[in-house]
Amino acid sequence: MSIQPEQLKYCDSHEWVYAPADANGVATVGISAFAVAELNDLVFMALPSVGQKLAAGQEFGEVESVKAVSPMYSPVSGEVTEVNSGLVDRLDQLNADPYDQGWMMKIKMSDPSEIAKLMDYQAYQKMISQHG
Amino acid sequence: MNTPQSGTNLFTPLHAWHLQNGGKMAPFGGYEMPIQYSGIVAEHTATRTAMGVFDISHMGRLRFDGPRADQLLDHLLTRRVLDMQPGQVRYSLVCNEEGGILDDVLVSCLESPSGKIYFLLVVNASNKEKIVHWLQPHLADFPDVEFHDVTESTAMIAVQGPRAVQVCERLLPPAATKLGYYRAKVTEQMSKPCIVSRTGYTGEDGFELIVRSEDAVRVWENIFLAGREHGVLPVGLGARDTLRLEAGMPLYGHELSEQIDPYTAGLSFAVNLKDRSFVGSRALAGKSSGASGAGPSGVKRVGLKVEGRRAAREQSACYSTDGQAIGTVTSGTFSPTFNQPISMAYVNADAANVGHRIEVDIRGTRAPATVVELPFYKRS
Repeated sequence: MSIQPEQLKYCDSHEWVYAPADANGVATVGISAFAVAELNDLVFMALPSVGQKLAAGQEFGEVESVKAVSPMYSPVSGEVTEVNSGLVDRLDQLNADPYDQGWMMKIKMSDPSEIAKLMDYQAYQKMISQHG
Repeated sequence: MNTPQSGTNLFTPLHAWHLQNGGKMAPFGGYEMPIQYSGIVAEHTATRTAMGVFDISHMGRLRFDGPRADQLLDHLLTRRVLDMQPGQVRYSLVCNEEGGILDDVLVSCLESPSGKIYFLLVVNASNKEKIVHWLQPHLADFPDVEFHDVTESTAMIAVQGPRAVQVCERLLPPAATKLGYYRAKVTEQMSKPCIVSRTGYTGEDGFELIVRSEDAVRVWENIFLAGREHGVLPVGLGARDTLRLEAGMPLYGHELSEQIDPYTAGLSFAVNLKDRSFVGSRALAGKSSGASGAGPSGVKRVGLKVEGRRAAREQSACYSTDGQAIGTVTSGTFSPTFNQPISMAYVNADAANVGHRIEVDIRGTRAPATVVELPFYKRS
């Protein structure tokens, strides 16, 4: 798997989702390089369990930096099929590569049309450039 | 120069420098302040191992002139002022009539180059308006005391860390760098007027400088020039908070408030009741410190080391191991020095002994914690 940021859809809360047509409705979810840089100095991460059902916008985990705790929200509805559980012990990987090694969960979407409501790469770049 | 250009936030004289040098800005105490530059851990570590430079111009600076300035301040502060000699600095509290803490401050007795003696009060940014308002009737009782809020006409810079003295020896006259702890002097930096004090809020050795606003950028840049071989970094308010927390120092709005008295806060050293009458002294005389060190409210400020990686932050509830609610966390972070979460909390006196094991609620999950001695960090 090699996920490029340009291929992804984004939430305004900085999660990305990768749902290519050939993935049988399974979406891969992570957080953007911008979010990782903003968080800075990560110390802890909690991810969901396989089998957990999530609604779009529902909290699926949290990342904690020295400064603060940030919840992460699922971009889509569905059931968690796989979790990158090794990531919680290698948070430096998230810094180095938030899009490929840094994926967090795979989710079998119950409503793939939700993807269309998310921002594309250009729209997300525009949002974060305004954010400062 | 200090005109706010967005919202209601003021800018310090170093604002443009922060923006040009990667400062991530956020509102604090009425100012737009740098929260971090390179990162909290890097800035924290630089301060512990070399030196950090902090823009603390948001702190309120209030000047009192006149032969009765000492009497006015002695009436307002919990700490004795009447016996202060030029060059002395004291940590004090300002209390209301009920003995609740209005602010914690540093009061300095200073001598100008012309031999004039005056007092400077450094107050928390978030409390400055409140304190200035509260001062007014007291100032009216002392019409011969001249009061000036010099916050906007000056800047304040902290240089903190094991290299601070060495670096400042290149910047300041020997009489300034040889100042003892909690001593201050009116001096010059490259012929710019500068008040230097051997004080800080990090647990490290170092100085706090007050300069004129128009000289702030020059002095700030001179500090980085003098320290460039030593790995000196600019430090934002994020690391200022982790540093002061490791050093066990209270922060107004967290450990201190009008609902907390000095004894409960563990700050009885800053209250001089003997032979004095000051605002709140009558109430404080009735709140003697118990044998356990707990305040009259029955709770005590403690340090906690928390197991795991998640910090128990402000408002986290504290429980005994059998599930009784025993207190609340006031500040918490992941400690860069100890690589472990630490917190300060107010807990019931019977749970406040060092070594006592408790639990803290971290967003719905209980984590084991141990009461430890404050400060967490003491420089060697």
